[in-house]
Amino acid sequence: MAALWQIAAMMFPPFLFPSLVKVFARCLHIFGSLEDLTNIAATVGRILAGLAGAFVVGGALALAMARSERAERFFSPTLTFFQGIPALSWVVFAIIWFHGIEFRIFFIMVLTTLPAFTFQILGALRAMSKDLIEMVQSFRPTRAKLFRTMILPAVLPDILTAWKVNLGNAARVVVVAELVGATGGVGYELLQQQQMFDMAGALAWTLQLVLFVLVMQGLLSAIENYAFRYRAVSERSL
Amino acid sequence: MTQERGDLAESAICFDHVSKTFGRRDETGALIAAIGDLSLEIAAGELVAVLGKTGCGKSTMFNMIAGLLDPSEGKVRVEGRDPFRDFDWYRGRMAIVFQNDRLLPWRTALKNVELGLEMLDIAPAERRQRAQLWLSKLGLKGHEHDYPHSLSGGMRQRVAIARAFATNAKLLLCDESFSALDEMTAQRLRDEFAALVRENGKTAVFITHSIEEAMQLGDRLLVLERPARIALDLKIDQNASREEREALRARIRTILSL
Repeated sequence: MAALWQIAAMMFPPFLFPSLVKVFARCLHIFGSLEDLTNIAATVGRILAGLAGAFVVGGALALAMARSERAERFFSPTLTFFQGIPALSWVVFAIIWFHGIEFRIFFIMVLTTLPAFTFQILGALRAMSKDLIEMVQSFRPTRAKLFRTMILPAVLPDILTAWKVNLGNAARVVVVAELVGATGGVGYELLQQQQMFDMAGALAWTLQLVLFVLVMQGLLSAIENYAFRYRAVSERSL
Repeated sequence: MTQERGDLAESAICFDHVSKTFGRRDETGALIAAIGDLSLEIAAGELVAVLGKTGCGKSTMFNMIAGLLDPSEGKVRVEGRDPFRDFDWYRGRMAIVFQNDRLLPWRTALKNVELGLEMLDIAPAERRQRAQLWLSKLGLKGHEHDYPHSLSGGMRQRVAIARAFATNAKLLLCDESFSALDEMTAQRLRDEFAALVRENGKTAVFITHSIEEAMQLGDRLLVLERPARIALDLKIDQNASREEREALRARIRTILSL
């Protein structure tokens, strides 16, 4: 892909396809600037806060839905309805409903990632082995011990998958949220580059977000490898 | 709490005119009973094998002793209490060995044995020591840190037995615990299990559909007919002659074929 880009850079003007050297130089500049690093940190913070909020609310909703048919009858169609609402609509709603920029972004992040978290955790809770739950319950655990010894380890693989999937979604949504009203962050910087018609800058800022997603995916994969070392590995691949 | 005094409290397990229905009805509209007017007593220290055909109500009876089901009529008492209502009181007093091993795949053999001890808030060092001891007693020394997927079916069932014994519960419930194993492994585990129950003075109820297993394991044999009524209740003499055992086997077969 990099080679194709470089070929395009030789064939088209730099404002359309800047050379990778220039993009790399802009990346280095971003890394060397405290203000730019602060902007990246702001975006990372917003992504993580939004995901954490959606995870906590989604986990609570999934538990309620797994325990109560009434809760499921109410929340399941509501969340399905939410899934159909575009991220940009949430941005508009947030601007109309709320004043604080950070709260607006948090609201958008939570609402756009909440359905996926909830349904994935609910699916994991429902897929837990009834035999294993019955076995653990035969020892009469307290609720906290049942959660720690059985429920959490059983749903952990799906929780990590949900984080991986939602991380990519959140990185896309945060930029849209920051484009409207934020005074800092990767989305704000992208808007500045667009106004200056600076393709190298736009690419360099985009790469910061991609880099963050790659680092987080790597971290989640490392956690997965450690947490699921108990799994049998077949010598024959799928 | 429903602790009782008197006859019901003296037995380790007591069923007093117990019936259980699940709301299903026959063609005449009458409720189908999984258990119908069952009365029995099991004394402390007895190893009782409960034998019956599939669908005769063995598992319903087992689940009532375990406190997982409430009787529709009558009373079930385990150590003088109602196992369904006083469910948490049996923490550390009752342990179950299921038909399949039901090991937690994310825990090593050692950690699986420690599970019941964790529920009893036993300190980690003692927990580990007790779990190691039971794994060693069941011939699994050296496999403490193996995950279930790397153990054979027989080894996994040994871990499940160790998990039940490690809690030092007075009452052991076994639901066709060796039926999924090959005959050689099952035979060896049955012998080990019976020896451990007797050595440690446990009360054990062993549900099975195998006549051979029931006769080999139990001090006492209960044969159930549908809907979980006692058709035969007798002490088993492990020193009985071959002819006597064959006669008993034939008698049980006749009851089960009715």
